[in-house]
Amino acid sequence: MTTDKIEKRVTLKAPVSRVWRAIADAREFGRWFGFTLEGEFTPGKAMRGTFDGQLDEAALIEHQKKLGVRPSKVKAAALDTSFCTVERIEPERYFSFRWIPYGIDAEADVANEPTTLVEFRLEPVAEGTLLTIVESGFDRVPAHRRERAFRMNEGGWAMQTQNVRRHVEGT
Amino acid sequence: MSKARERAAARVFFALGDGTRLSVVQKLGTGGALSATSLSAGAKVTRQAIVKHLRVLEDAGIVTPERNGREVLYALEPRKLDEARGFLDGIAAGWDRALERLRVLVEEPAQARSSPK
Repeated sequence: MTTDKIEKRVTLKAPVSRVWRAIADAREFGRWFGFTLEGEFTPGKAMRGTFDGQLDEAALIEHQKKLGVRPSKVKAAALDTSFCTVERIEPERYFSFRWIPYGIDAEADVANEPTTLVEFRLEPVAEGTLLTIVESGFDRVPAHRRERAFRMNEGGWAMQTQNVRRHVEGT
Repeated sequence: MSKARERAAARVFFALGDGTRLSVVQKLGTGGALSATSLSAGAKVTRQAIVKHLRVLEDAGIVTPERNGREVLYALEPRKLDEARGFLDGIAAGWDRALERLRVLVEEPAQARSSPK
């Protein structure tokens, strides 16, 4: 298993043009990502904004314990937070940016750490759109928080659902 | 402890995973403390069934019974629901969860977004 990158592939029942808008339009991106962005995505632009809702530190720490990584506090939610720097935009095909993975980590040095590259690729398929997201560059994230950043972004949603089911069915 | 918290969350989600119990929780959320009799008024199930559902909610810590004269009133325990929400927020991190929200956004019917009328 690679430790450098996270790769997610999902088939969406919507045309490429629709999926493209949800990704490349900063307002729409914010709606599903849970982060309100200021301005439009433009190559080279540093995007800033604000997390929607409140970060539940206790729940994040519990989640990290469950993932088996050393838990760490999160930064106090700031109103104007750096989100990413846009790399490349190829309409309806490709979109990429760089960011600090799991940047809310209190142990993250956002000014000096190397970033990861997040790439979105869109392909038309019979059912709609095949979307591939690749986040790479974790091998360069400082060792003390590399695994935490990887596991938190990887998002063990399926695993957590299974955990809940196992407990419910076990009792 | 983490395991205990996980088990408690699983009990809450199990208790909420039923249409009748969910509507009981909704009624208590808007109407304050209510008795099994008033909860069964207008419900499609009997008072007896409501009592059974209330017991499941009580076991999960979602409602607490309070004696009021000859009646028992059931009140919502908001802290329990907050804990469950915190559990969901914790697992809301990461690409998997973000992708599920993206799916809901792009797959929602077009007419819901730009109705002609």
